[in-house]
Amino acid sequence: MTKIGLEIHCQLTKLESKLFCSCKANYREFEPNHNICPVCMGLPGSLPRLNQKAVESATSIAMALSCKTPEKIAFFRKNYFYPDLPKNFQITQLNVYGDMSIGGEGYVDVEGAKIKIRRIQLEEDPGRLIYEGESERTKITLVDYNRAGTPLVEIVTDPDFENPRQVRVFLNILSDLLENLGVAEPGLEGAMRADGNVSIEGGNKVEIKNIGSFHDLEKALHFEITRQESLSERDIEIVQETRHWDDRRKITISSRSKEEDQDYRYFLENDIPWVKIDQETITSLQKNMPESISSKKERFVEKFDIAPQVADILASDKYYFDLFENAHSDSDAKDIANLITTDLMGFVDTKEKREKSKLTSQHLSDLIAAINDKTLTRTSSKTALQEIVKSGKSVKELLSEMDLGQVSDSSEIENIIMEVFEEEKQAVLDAKENPETVNYLVGKVMQKTKGKADPTKTLELIKSKLG
Amino acid sequence: MNLKTSILDYINDVKSGSFSVEEFTSATIQRIKDVDGDVHAYLSLNESAIDDARAIDKKISAGEKVGTCYGFPISIKDNICITGSKTTCASKILENFVAPYTATVVSKLQSEDAIVTGKTNLDEFAMGLTTEFSAYGPTKNPWNLKYVPGGSSGGSAASVAANECLASLGSDTGGSVRNPASFCSVVGLKPTYGLISRYGLISYANSIEQIGPVTKTVKDCGFLLNVIAGQDSNDDTTIDNANSDYLNDIEQGIEGKNIGIIKEMTSDGLSPEVSSATKNAIQDFEKLGAHCEEVSLPTIPYTVAAYYTITSTEAGSNLARYDNIRYGYDFESEGYEYNSYISKSRTKFGPEVIRRIILGGFVPSAGHAGKYFLKALKVKSKLISEANSAFEKYDYLISPTAPVQPFQFGEKIDDPVTLMLLDYNTVTANLTGKPAISVPYRVTDGLPIGMQIIGDGKSEKSLLQAAYALESKTDLPEVPL
Repeated sequence: MTKIGLEIHCQLTKLESKLFCSCKANYREFEPNHNICPVCMGLPGSLPRLNQKAVESATSIAMALSCKTPEKIAFFRKNYFYPDLPKNFQITQLNVYGDMSIGGEGYVDVEGAKIKIRRIQLEEDPGRLIYEGESERTKITLVDYNRAGTPLVEIVTDPDFENPRQVRVFLNILSDLLENLGVAEPGLEGAMRADGNVSIEGGNKVEIKNIGSFHDLEKALHFEITRQESLSERDIEIVQETRHWDDRRKITISSRSKEEDQDYRYFLENDIPWVKIDQETITSLQKNMPESISSKKERFVEKFDIAPQVADILASDKYYFDLFENAHSDSDAKDIANLITTDLMGFVDTKEKREKSKLTSQHLSDLIAAINDKTLTRTSSKTALQEIVKSGKSVKELLSEMDLGQVSDSSEIENIIMEVFEEEKQAVLDAKENPETVNYLVGKVMQKTKGKADPTKTLELIKSKLG
Repeated sequence: MNLKTSILDYINDVKSGSFSVEEFTSATIQRIKDVDGDVHAYLSLNESAIDDARAIDKKISAGEKVGTCYGFPISIKDNICITGSKTTCASKILENFVAPYTATVVSKLQSEDAIVTGKTNLDEFAMGLTTEFSAYGPTKNPWNLKYVPGGSSGGSAASVAANECLASLGSDTGGSVRNPASFCSVVGLKPTYGLISRYGLISYANSIEQIGPVTKTVKDCGFLLNVIAGQDSNDDTTIDNANSDYLNDIEQGIEGKNIGIIKEMTSDGLSPEVSSATKNAIQDFEKLGAHCEEVSLPTIPYTVAAYYTITSTEAGSNLARYDNIRYGYDFESEGYEYNSYISKSRTKFGPEVIRRIILGGFVPSAGHAGKYFLKALKVKSKLISEANSAFEKYDYLISPTAPVQPFQFGEKIDDPVTLMLLDYNTVTANLTGKPAISVPYRVTDGLPIGMQIIGDGKSEKSLLQAAYALESKTDLPEVPL
């Protein structure tokens, strides 16, 4: 049986400052090496000052993943030399000597399967290396320390996944959960990274590193399973090792560098005293914890009679959730939910589109109100949404400007029906024979009015004309 | 004007107008020019000291509020950062490091109008007991220039002993303030761990080291502690000292107090002179009304080994950042890849530092941690519980600060293990986090002997009372320089 485990790193980008200094956690907006200070640069004499908010955020993650949280936590030094590491050690956590990291022994429900979370730890992100130069001779490495010290949570699962598809579902659930908690923005470039490990029946565990995206992770896992299976078929031993994902060739390569069997000489980071996480903190975190995705979904289905698959989208995507929650009242909730999932989604399905979009919750409730009082047809709402996303104009403005108002004047509709009857003689005959086909004619009228004709009235008028 | 004055007398004289701050500062700088060629206590001088003095004089004559230090001159060990000044740790690897920020202790002194005279010499990265391991040449003992001043804060102690300033700040990881204080006949305090902010102190073994004052008198030590102690938001390990006044009640005496004479630190290994001085000191404590008896802390014989294991582990990690990438010295990187570059650049470390980095790579390593590092941590926690139970019974624990008097240059430098044993009496205070003070007690054959008093955690106030009482029993000669 194939076993896959994951190691996920997620930046706590919603925090104001880095893990041990007051530089910004959101380093992305800075020129290289402009979001640094003596502490995150590890200058001699500087000392880390623990960001208590990061401890709280990481604890909420642990709680949301049903982990046990310890009464007190400690930090450790992981010692190794690397140019992106200003102190040449990383301040992280470790479960040794009976000391606990910020959480452990949790689980996530993935389509009925229980994926166990082994541990969660809080640590600092290193800086970033940027490689420049074409040839081997001109190659240079630049270091940007803006990222150094960014609060990072490492989530380690047990090898509970049976296939790469399950991994993908899990990562979607996890990234929705982290976003829903309001502690991270998994959509940001590099904010959430995952490494995997794979073993097949009778084989050793192989770790895969250097994976750029979740998409690549899935590919890497597929490749690795196939590689291991073909070795196994030929009775070749699968050695325990770390392999690197080669993004260009889309294969995993054995990493023979010494780096991999390094001894990190972990020991306690004494510059940061043990941090007590008392019951009071836990209670207050629990109280302020946002409603979970599953409970949101349940609420939408039960209270508003929203279809489960629609409720699922609204509950798990924080963007849609916020739009929905701010737009709806008890009476129009279902309409707004459907408006979002049928008409809006195509216009705001990427981060870039969402950032550009001028749409607000008010637009959604106004649109539904217009549809309900029949100043707008349901079919025109998509056109309206497209324009709103682009320009941010109010529904009222749009109704007058764009000629989207519903046509419910009988004589106007009648004129159009006459036109259609002229053009569609065969269809008129058919409809007289078989009333079921009358919708074809209604459709033609709607086409001519660009969806503005009141559908109920149109049907009535056509029926009466057909006799 | 007398450069041999204490801080407290100096302040009274400035207040009463006996001399100006500028006059005293100039005289101090002249003194440095006169004697430091021989002593070599300083690595660099504060060029703006006279300007600083004038500014304070101006405040005084204008009747403006003046800080409590009234411009007294203080030297700072060169492992403590001051904005814009070179902070070398007496190492070639930090030859050109100019700190972009000021240590909390120095900020506090400056905001109370103390004048920094300059940065003092030390064993490279504070690793040593003689200052012979300074990359810029050793400091000499002002009592006899052929003798070592102790270390690692040798420059600090010598600068105070030679009247090249009124006080100094050193750092004490295993005795680095107390040992040179003892060798140079000045007062040196290693405070409770966390009492003084370490922000701006370049780490050697951060779990046990503290910045400590070096002064001519015990009262000056209390005065300085009042200025620099207290919680600091830049150092998470600092503790609340409830704004204690360490000077107030310092003359209270020690009548009726219980003193434990640490058996393991007073029986074997003491030189006859130190042994005899210790006996006298015990008699003095009894004359002061204290009750003295021997107490055993059986873990003490293992402390030096534990100390070097722990400090090397931390040093190996703390000194890893010196890869000459972000700061350091001029070094042409062309032709090197990362690993060869950093190994080449790190050859700038001196022999003792390299020795400890190598040790620090070994004792906590995966195959050996159980035998060394984890065992050392066990010694540490055992020692703490022994010390804690001793303090249930005793107010103070005493011993000589060093088992021997100062020795000549070159005598022990080639024998690292003998050198390490000089720490035998001092490392206990660091491993337990307890405060300890070295009080000048005797000068025998022209060479000083200091007595060590150890107190319970956060008991500096009471510790200084005992130190003051012992000091009052002494009558020491003046330094012959």
